[in-house]
Amino acid sequence: METKSVGYDCVVLVKQVPDTKRITGQAMNEDGTVNRAALPAIFNPEDLNALELALDIKDKFGGTVTVMTMGLPAAADVLREGFYRGADQAILVTDRRCAASDTLATSYILSCGVKKLNPDIVLCGRQAIDGDTAQVGPQIAEKLSLPQITYVEELISLDGKTIVAKRNLGNGWQEVKAELPVLLTVLDTANEPRVPAAKRLMKCKAAKSRLEVEALAAEDDCIDVDATCEALEEKDLLIKQWDLDFLEADLKWCGRDGSPTKVHRIQSVVLAAKETKQVESSQTAIESMIHELIVDHTIG
Amino acid sequence: MIDVNKQGEVWVFAEQHKRKLEDTSLELLSKGRELADILKVPLAAVLLGENISELCEKLGHYGADKVYLAEHPLLGHYQTSSYAKIIDGLIEKHKPQIVLYGATPCGRDLAPRIASAIKAGLTADCTDLQIGNHEIKKTGEVYGNLLLQIRPAFGGNIIATIINYDRWPQMATVREGVMPMPEPDVTRKAEVVKEAVHLSQTDLAIEILAEHMQAKKVNLKASRVIVAGGAGVGSKDNFKMIWDLAHCLGGSPGATRAAVDLGFIDRDHQVGQTGTTVRPSLYIAAGISGAIQHQAGMSGSQKIIAINNDPEAPIFNVAHYKIVGDLNTVVPMMIKAIKEKV
Repeated sequence: METKSVGYDCVVLVKQVPDTKRITGQAMNEDGTVNRAALPAIFNPEDLNALELALDIKDKFGGTVTVMTMGLPAAADVLREGFYRGADQAILVTDRRCAASDTLATSYILSCGVKKLNPDIVLCGRQAIDGDTAQVGPQIAEKLSLPQITYVEELISLDGKTIVAKRNLGNGWQEVKAELPVLLTVLDTANEPRVPAAKRLMKCKAAKSRLEVEALAAEDDCIDVDATCEALEEKDLLIKQWDLDFLEADLKWCGRDGSPTKVHRIQSVVLAAKETKQVESSQTAIESMIHELIVDHTIG
Repeated sequence: MIDVNKQGEVWVFAEQHKRKLEDTSLELLSKGRELADILKVPLAAVLLGENISELCEKLGHYGADKVYLAEHPLLGHYQTSSYAKIIDGLIEKHKPQIVLYGATPCGRDLAPRIASAIKAGLTADCTDLQIGNHEIKKTGEVYGNLLLQIRPAFGGNIIATIINYDRWPQMATVREGVMPMPEPDVTRKAEVVKEAVHLSQTDLAIEILAEHMQAKKVNLKASRVIVAGGAGVGSKDNFKMIWDLAHCLGGSPGATRAAVDLGFIDRDHQVGQTGTTVRPSLYIAAGISGAIQHQAGMSGSQKIIAINNDPEAPIFNVAHYKIVGDLNTVVPMMIKAIKEKV
């Protein structure tokens, strides 16, 4: 491969997720399923670290940053946030036939999208907080025959042909080198995602997908969908919308048909001790509790 | 992808680094043994590396009937691409019905790469595995003896049971420490099946330039007693009390994510969904409200004592002993009581 002279093309794969850290009573339906509507939708936290790393590469070496997501039309929100933070291009992969995709089908669909862009570096967050699977990144790497560097904490060097990165493995670290193109999964400890600049935020607020323009047009006869989309595109503010036909995806590997894993059962968590003894906070009561624990061989 | 095949073996990926087997792999062998016995098929371990044949004996002691052994100089260090290539090939060749991996950094890097290559399903971070049936409600079709892959999702708020009935193998990564460590049986012997390995330098996609691995400072999984503190402990200084109580019980100090984030104690001590899953004989939770994410990592403890000044704290729902009070008085009382009794 020739040494690149003008920067790197990065694709950051992002996901809109329910904020599982802020679960309230309304978040669970009575039948134990999740009431997604009651949960605020956010930019998956570690995907922000992946985006920050891509923006950092662009700042240092030049190139482009594209944010891509697969999701419902509402996922355009996270792409707009990508624009606010500095992405050059945003792509929404949305298609009813994507529904019920597990990680294998999702990685197939996203790999078709990445292939269209032919980037130097693909970046993902290590994992998404709704499923915590950490699977889609490595699976996309496999589908595109790219080397994968998981758990990236630091980019050490990029020289046009190769990348050197530091991985944090929990009980130690590794410095590894791979040839480009490459796929990275990025840890939350890698960086501090930047705050969007106010000026950029104001400009990019107008960014929309075609579906969003259509929704506006349905309410307002004065809006011409084609003309509005063209105007947005000229300002680089059109969120591109790709469907499975555009991706030339084989439907056999998409959605429910492409997903080997199925849900057998969902239970809401009710953890409970079989029997709870109330112990007073007095020396005597605590001594008798300790005595019990010694007698039943829990301690001692 | 392989077809559904009821005679297929149950496999465990035997993870080793520097010729030492990971505890998780041994834990998985005991679970794998249970599953294989229900299915009446052999349990096999899959061992890759360089000069590691002496580990086969230990895998036998921990329950493997067979060890598929792949040795090659290029397998000396774990690498995603080379390990995945060998295991992809072994799965296509021997057609196991179940393949289990530890949800270690290595297992979580490797298993999805394999799943993608062989177009199989993969369930991440299981906390339990069972064998059971699945009925398709619409058609009434019943698929028997499937691997029920049980895992927390949505930040631990739900438990999902995942299956794959039409495309095999059924693969899962399993959290460290959630399966009990079996007692080895030194009379058991595994049959060793040596597999030919064809690898060249081009199969290594990355180059490891430097590496520094350290043993964790604390082994929470091996502790019989864990005394854990939460944000309620208040300060790093006050956390000393947690250390003291742990020491006089011969246990280890643990912590919630909040306590770690506040800098009270090192991350190695974190218990919960994003930390270590523990199941000690005794778990003492002091100043811990009991977020679901924390409970997910400790609710399997045999006895739980919870100390909190809020009588409504969710931690009390899983506690065997509930002490409503100020931990600053209760913990010293406990230390005194133990020193006098033990």
